[in-house]
Amino acid sequence: MIRVSNVSHSIGGAPILHDISVEIPKGGITALIGPNGAGKSTLLSLIARLSSLKTGEIEVDGLQIGQVSDRELARHLAIMAQSTHVSARLRVEELVGFGRYPWHRGRPGPEDHAIVESAIARFGLGTMRHRFLDEISGGQRQRAFVAMAFAQDTDYLLLDEPLNNLDIAGARSLMRLLRQMADEDGKTIVIVLHDINYAARFADRIIALHEGRVAAMGAPQEIVTQDLLTDVFGTDAEISHQDGRPVVLV
Amino acid sequence: MAELTGNTTAPRAKAGAEGARAARPPAMGRRLIWLAVAVALASAVYMVYGAKGAWGFILPFRGQKLAAMLLVASCLSVATILFQTITGNRILTPSLLGFDALYVMILALLVHLFGATGYIALPTGLLFALNTAMMSLLGLGLFVVLRRGARGEMMRLVLTGIIFGVFLRSATEFVQRLIDPAEFSVVTSVSYARFNTVDPVLLPLTAAVTLPVLWLAWRMRHRLDVLGLGDTVALSLGEPPRRGQSIVLVLICVLVAAATALVGPMAAFFGLIVSALAHTVTPTERHAILLPSAALTGCVVLVGGQTVLERVLALTTPIAVVIEALGGALFLALLLKRKRA
Repeated sequence: MIRVSNVSHSIGGAPILHDISVEIPKGGITALIGPNGAGKSTLLSLIARLSSLKTGEIEVDGLQIGQVSDRELARHLAIMAQSTHVSARLRVEELVGFGRYPWHRGRPGPEDHAIVESAIARFGLGTMRHRFLDEISGGQRQRAFVAMAFAQDTDYLLLDEPLNNLDIAGARSLMRLLRQMADEDGKTIVIVLHDINYAARFADRIIALHEGRVAAMGAPQEIVTQDLLTDVFGTDAEISHQDGRPVVLV
Repeated sequence: MAELTGNTTAPRAKAGAEGARAARPPAMGRRLIWLAVAVALASAVYMVYGAKGAWGFILPFRGQKLAAMLLVASCLSVATILFQTITGNRILTPSLLGFDALYVMILALLVHLFGATGYIALPTGLLFALNTAMMSLLGLGLFVVLRRGARGEMMRLVLTGIIFGVFLRSATEFVQRLIDPAEFSVVTSVSYARFNTVDPVLLPLTAAVTLPVLWLAWRMRHRLDVLGLGDTVALSLGEPPRRGQSIVLVLICVLVAAATALVGPMAAFFGLIVSALAHTVTPTERHAILLPSAALTGCVVLVGGQTVLERVLALTTPIAVVIEALGGALFLALLLKRKRA
């Protein structure tokens, strides 16, 4: 479980988050949505310790952010940032191999190699394992990063807008992979999404943020409503339903 | 270097286990051995080529210069790789941090104050101590810049270094105008790295400072791999980037400051050329390969270059001048070649 208690945050004097308290249960995909500037990426970066926490407390799996060592946390929590640009010229298999670093600290054993192999096989990277990251498509690169997070073998995975710069095929395939990791491996995935429809289609829970506060939280069917669009997103798009899940008609 | 040979077998063994496959990464271990052979060859040629006179005099005399070159080349090459890793940029060099400029300014000031003869009469130990103290201060300043900065701190550090370097160079230019033209020639001749006048006491002292630092860099090789992945990925893998960058910056400062205090400023292009060559010879991001590869490449370039310059062409020009002159062109060529590849 990820527990956020009384977290406030401001950047350069401008308040971004106001006294947020929210609990994200273990298991499943939780999507953070909200209009631009709502603070969803800030909240995620605080949980991910990418920004340092000033007010309030955050606990991941009982480990308090800021108290527990980075080394320890890296075995519980993996992060994928918005811009997963790596300046180093790496091959796909090397990148996936780095996922094991928190466990072996530079000296991989046979078990580490086995886990990397299974991650490469599972995410369909076998044919491009020797290719460099800058030689493959954006979708394939994101898949390699997810495979790396998978090899890291953490119970929690945080992703900040991973669908940016992906076409519809890449975005859907990435979301399906995450769905699979949540369903089959019991991972807890927290993901910041820009597009409500992806959240409604793939997430188990949605947390909607508005002006630094939690505006709504619950299953997609419950909270993706006309009111949410008007109050939080300030737009009057219509909502239809497909297989019991809401779809925003853009 | 003892770890070097022990390490070379690892990648080959791993590659063998995976079986032959197209486009597989090349075995780097063997290339490191070739580089070591090249260093040994260059050193041997430097020691014996064109020797006239008693061996009892020539060997210790040349041996000391050779040791200084190997030490300085290793320090600057490793420092460049470290700097490129923490900045995530392969066309940067630690000479941007302003150590060279500081050295030249201190030199110009001293010549202005004491005159050329006064400067030459200064004890080398005192000069070394002064230079080391000033460079430590500069290093401390850079460290504060890095720790204070909020976001984009590495870029801020680089820009601060560049601006500070420009400031120092203009100040130096001003001081140089005050110097007597005859004495000015002393400044120009000493403001490039020279290996002929290495002090027999300072050399072991510098080695005592830098060898442990080189060893620390080697110890950090796996952490450096992770730091090179960028801030977010490094943090996700449990390697907080700010802490790592700070430690590495300290290592860089010690290496560059000690090497510069010992022989004077090496050409800014030296590190760039060496890192580009090392990346060409051993195309990998693994610091277990890259650090020894860069150190060996640096030794080949410096000792080989000095041998050709001093023995074959019989020139007294400092090699730093030649590297500075040819380096720009060679570096551009390397950059363009990599773009096409």
